[in-house]
Amino acid sequence: MLAIIRKELADHFNSVRFLVLFLLVLVASGLGLYAASQGIRDALQQSQAVTQNGFVFLSLFTSYLSDIPVVPLAIAIIIPLTGIVLGFDAINSERTSGTLSRLLTQPVYRDSVINGKFLAGLVTMSMMIGTAILLIAGYGLRMIGVPPTAEEIIRLFLYGFVTLIYGAFWLGLAMLFSVVFRRSAGSLLVPIVIFVIFFLFWVFLPFGQAIAEAASPVIPGTDVATQIDAAETQQTILRLSPSFLFQEAYGVILSPRVAGLGILKISDLDFILPNALSLGQSLLAIWPHLVGIICLSVICFAASYIVFMRQEVRAT
Amino acid sequence: MTDNFAIEIRDLTKDYDRVTVVDHLNFQVNENEVFGLLGPNGAGKTTTILMMLGLAEPTSGSVRVFGFDPTREPLKVKSIVGYLPEEVGFYTDMTARENLEFIADLNNIGREETRRRVDEVLDLVGLAEKKDTPTGKFSRGMRQRLGIADVLIKRPKLVILDEPTSGLDPQGINQLLDLIAGLPGLGTTVLLSSHQLYQVQRVCHSIGILSRGKMVIEGPIDKLGREAMAGGRYVIEVETARPAPELVEVVRKINGVLGVEAHDNTMNITSEADLRGDIAKAVVQSDVPLVQIKVHEFSLDDIYMKYFKES
Repeated sequence: MLAIIRKELADHFNSVRFLVLFLLVLVASGLGLYAASQGIRDALQQSQAVTQNGFVFLSLFTSYLSDIPVVPLAIAIIIPLTGIVLGFDAINSERTSGTLSRLLTQPVYRDSVINGKFLAGLVTMSMMIGTAILLIAGYGLRMIGVPPTAEEIIRLFLYGFVTLIYGAFWLGLAMLFSVVFRRSAGSLLVPIVIFVIFFLFWVFLPFGQAIAEAASPVIPGTDVATQIDAAETQQTILRLSPSFLFQEAYGVILSPRVAGLGILKISDLDFILPNALSLGQSLLAIWPHLVGIICLSVICFAASYIVFMRQEVRAT
Repeated sequence: MTDNFAIEIRDLTKDYDRVTVVDHLNFQVNENEVFGLLGPNGAGKTTTILMMLGLAEPTSGSVRVFGFDPTREPLKVKSIVGYLPEEVGFYTDMTARENLEFIADLNNIGREETRRRVDEVLDLVGLAEKKDTPTGKFSRGMRQRLGIADVLIKRPKLVILDEPTSGLDPQGINQLLDLIAGLPGLGTTVLLSSHQLYQVQRVCHSIGILSRGKMVIEGPIDKLGREAMAGGRYVIEVETARPAPELVEVVRKINGVLGVEAHDNTMNITSEADLRGDIAKAVVQSDVPLVQIKVHEFSLDDIYMKYFKES
């Protein structure tokens, strides 16, 4: 399997698509820094860092530019696309070029081919995520001159990790379609459509919210328990989208002021402490989200294995 | 040649959606021989090969490659078998050397050893000068030759070649056939699937002809010709300087001669054994000048055409 990882990595690093994606990451990092330089004051206000309760350094990543959280949003778009672009022709390009039968008549297991390609994609993505985070952190440090605390470093690391898991889901999905479809046009299109639906329609444009509200309306005037039930059902519907899960997860990590993800009664608001959620509590809040995203990746993987194992490999 | 079988196929059957492609196939390939698998398109040759490699699963029956079951122990089979598909593909942006190195890497061949073997096999197929050229720039013939190098780099005990000569020029074909003929001497068994009957005849020790998933005929090539065409008998051609009707009777009386047909200057003599000595003696004694005498060799074309006229 190592041989496959080595070869795939070499392929990725020499490919035009890697170069383009990397440029995209650089541009996004630059934009993020620009946003931080413009909006960090507001971000500091919002996160209450000025009152010693928030995180100064994390505000670099959560700064808004004309109401858009530049860094998280850019990463939430670029990383799935990276996953798709790295994975969509993993298997079917080998099939069409006739190299698959050559590869599979060597003493390697079929799943090593999938695993090797997946791991190589993962390494590539983690380099991109690492680059983005380190670039923003490094230049941000120069800009604001406030060093990150240990907890902030851990949170940034976690942010990178969650992003990687999220990217891995899209990579796995794209690879599944590269096994299913003989032609790479199909295996590129389908994951992108899924991404557009889950992210653009469901999360970015509030269609997901609209559907959830229609499916489980919160009726004013009914008793509180029913209303909370309805609101929770709405949230569950929204969480069907992995993009929404990811958004909630990185929100908790980067903005510890978010005091959990459940539904709160307005009357409870008075009892919320004005300080940030501790690291452990943040992790606890997003644990189901992480498990959910990992599960989705595993399902993609299992499906790829099953389909690939049963496929016949003909030379022509 | 030993009595061990490189490939042993028993009652092998493969159905696709209830269409039987390979139908209770039985045959063996001896170790260190070149076996030719013939048959028209769609006879099930490639499917049989895929099952030998574990790339397709048999519906029933069994395949053994050096005693290993390709479905159960695919890695053991794949580490000793080299397969050259009809349309071989390479990673086009990698050079010939890099492509081979990747395959060597997959076979856990060490770095030093890889370098040695790459040079060796590229030399063998005449691509030594092109080793740093990306394979995307290779012609069909060069790709085919690189495919051979690619198969040989892991020093397999069995090589399966599917139409290896297609796309090669006559010189390339000759070189390749010489190469194939030399493989058994290096301890490599060859299974050659081809339509090029002349080439198969030149290098194969044994052949099997497939038709509609069944083995029509199988065996050593020289024996097959006689059995198939003349019921196991010899056909001896005698050419004389002038027509000699009186000679026909003389020859007919030789012990072991089964029949004589004469046309103009030639006689076709059917016999149970190779009686060229006796016949030559009879001709010389009869004072008819003898031009030539030979045992008729049946070409594979004759055998092939006979069976496909029947089926």
